[in-house]
Amino acid sequence: MPEPVIATQNLIKRYQDFVAVDGISFEVAPGESFGLLGPNGAGKSTTMRMIGAVSTRTSGDLNVLGLDPNRYGPEIRSQLGVVPQENNLDMELKVRENLLVYGRYFGLPRARVARRADELLEFAQLADKASAKVDDLSGGMKRRLTIARALINDPRLLLLDEPTTGLDPQARHILWDRLFRLKEQGTTLLLTTHYMDEAEQLCDRLVVVDKGRIMAEGSPADLIRRYSSREVLEVRFGSTQNAAVADRIQGFGERVDVLPDRILVYSDSGENELEQMTAAGLRPITSLVRRSSLEDVFLRLTGRNLIE
Amino acid sequence: MTGPHLSPSTLTAGARAPRTFGSLYAGNARSVMARGWRATRSSNSLAILSGFVEPIFYLLSMGLGLGALIGQVHTADGASVPYAAFIAPALLAVAAMNGAIYDSTWNVFFKMQFAKLYEGMLSTSLGPLDVALGEISLALVRGLLYATGFLLVMQALGLNLSWWALLALPAVVLIAFGFASIGMAVTSYMKTFQQMDWINFVLLPMFLFSATFYPLSVYPQGIQYVIQALPLWHGVELVRGLTTGQIDPGMLWHVLYYAVMIMIGLIFTTRRLKALFLN
Repeated sequence: MPEPVIATQNLIKRYQDFVAVDGISFEVAPGESFGLLGPNGAGKSTTMRMIGAVSTRTSGDLNVLGLDPNRYGPEIRSQLGVVPQENNLDMELKVRENLLVYGRYFGLPRARVARRADELLEFAQLADKASAKVDDLSGGMKRRLTIARALINDPRLLLLDEPTTGLDPQARHILWDRLFRLKEQGTTLLLTTHYMDEAEQLCDRLVVVDKGRIMAEGSPADLIRRYSSREVLEVRFGSTQNAAVADRIQGFGERVDVLPDRILVYSDSGENELEQMTAAGLRPITSLVRRSSLEDVFLRLTGRNLIE
Repeated sequence: MTGPHLSPSTLTAGARAPRTFGSLYAGNARSVMARGWRATRSSNSLAILSGFVEPIFYLLSMGLGLGALIGQVHTADGASVPYAAFIAPALLAVAAMNGAIYDSTWNVFFKMQFAKLYEGMLSTSLGPLDVALGEISLALVRGLLYATGFLLVMQALGLNLSWWALLALPAVVLIAFGFASIGMAVTSYMKTFQQMDWINFVLLPMFLFSATFYPLSVYPQGIQYVIQALPLWHGVELVRGLTTGQIDPGMLWHVLYYAVMIMIGLIFTTRRLKALFLN
C-alpha cells in the first residue's frame, strides 16, 4: 500500500478545559476522497486546521504528506490547497489578481502563476469574470474562485471545509462537478460537510464525527448497510395520533424510529411493511417508501437532538 | 487542469533542509508587499494623495502664516532659525508617524478582523514574519515617497538649512519603521473599534506636545523628562538636527531608541500573529 497522504493516530486538540478533538485516528490514501461528517461543533474544522498545519495538536500523531506539521508547517502548506469554511478572498483585488497574488505567496515564478491562473479561471468557469471585482461575484462564483485559488500551487491534497454550505442547488451541482473532475485527475480530497447528499456524491470513504470522536468509518454504501436498512418507510398518522399508533408499530421492520410528526420503519422492503401495516388495520394519512441514505446513518449515530 | 505534481522525493529533499527562522519566516515578504501595491493601486489612491498633502498644508499655514508673526526660534542646540524651518522637520517626522500608524493599525485591524486576509496568507507557505515584514515594508516605502515630496517642498521654500537634510530620508524611514512595528503589535491585540480609538487618544497629544511647534525648553524640567521618554520627540529632534544642520553625536541615541522600538514591535507582532493564526 502506498504511503498515506494523511495519517492520524489518537489525535487530540484541547483548548483550556474544552476538548475539541478527542482521539481521532484515520488514514487517507493518495487519490482518495475522504469526508469528515458531523454536526456543528463536532471538531471537523479543528481537525482540518491541524491537518492544514495552521493549528498545533495537543497530543497524538499526525502525518501529512509524510511530514509532521509541528516541524514542517510551511513545507506541508506549500503542497496543500485550502478552501476555508468562510471565503477569505482578497476584496481589494480583482478576480484574476486574486489568483496571481496568491500564487506568489507560495514563491512560485510569475510566468508559471500567470499561466496557471488562466487555466484555473477556465476550470472554475470564471474566464469572462477575470477583471471583475470579487464583490460583484455571486456566492457560487466566489466559492469557485476560492477553489481555483486553492489549486494555484498544484496541491497534492485539497482541504475543503464545508465547500457548498449556503449555495443554491444549481451552484452546488456545478461545484460538485468541478470537484469530481479533480478527483478523477487524482487529487486527494479531504472535505467536511453536514450535507449527506454531498458526502454520498463525493466521498469514497468517510468518518462520522461527533463530540470530537469518530462514531463510524466506511464507504457511504458500507455505512448505510451497517447502520441502516435498505429502505425506509415513512408514515404519518397526524401529530395527535402519532404517539398512540407508535406502540402498535413497534416490531415492524428491523427498527422503528418515532418522531413527533412521523414514524420511520427501517426494512429491506418498505412496500412489504406497508402492506402488513394495512393488513393490521393501520391507516396512515401519508406513506413514503425511499432508499436509506447517509442521513439515516448520521441521525442514528449522532442523535436527533439539536446541537447548538 | 493538468500541472506538474511534485513527487514526494523532491518535497522531502527541500523540506528537510534546516531554516534559520523555522516556521516563522519563508523569506517571501516581497509577495505580501506586491499584494499591497496592487491593492493600493486599485482602491486607495485618494488616501495616498491626502497623506502627501496634509503635512504640506500644515507647513504652509503654520510655518509661513504663523511664522510671519513669530520670526526666529532657538533649537535645542541654541541656534536661531526661522520658525518655518523649525517646525518643517517636526511635521516631516509627524507625517512619517501618521502614515506608519495608519498603515499598521486601522489598515491591519481591518484586514485581520474583517477581510481575513492574513488567515488566507498564513495558509500558504508564508510565515507570520513574512506577513509582518511585508506589511511594514510597504508602509515604509509609502512613507519614503511622502518624505521625498515633503523635502522637495522644503527645499523650494528654502527651509533645508544644510546638506545633512538628505539624511532626513533614511531617518524618516527609521521613524516610520519604529511606529509601524509597534502599531502592528498593538493592533494585533485589539478586538473592537472602541479599543482602536485609544490609539488616536495617545497619538494626538504626542503630536501636539513633542516639541513639535515650540522648543522643549518651554516646559518645566519634570515635564521635559516625560516628553523625552516619548518616541515622537526623538524623531522630531533627529530630523530637526539634520535639516537644520545642527549635528551632534547625541543624535545616535535617537537612532538607538528607534532600533529598540523596531525590535520590540517585530517580536510582539510575530509572536502574536503566530498565536492568532497558527495556534
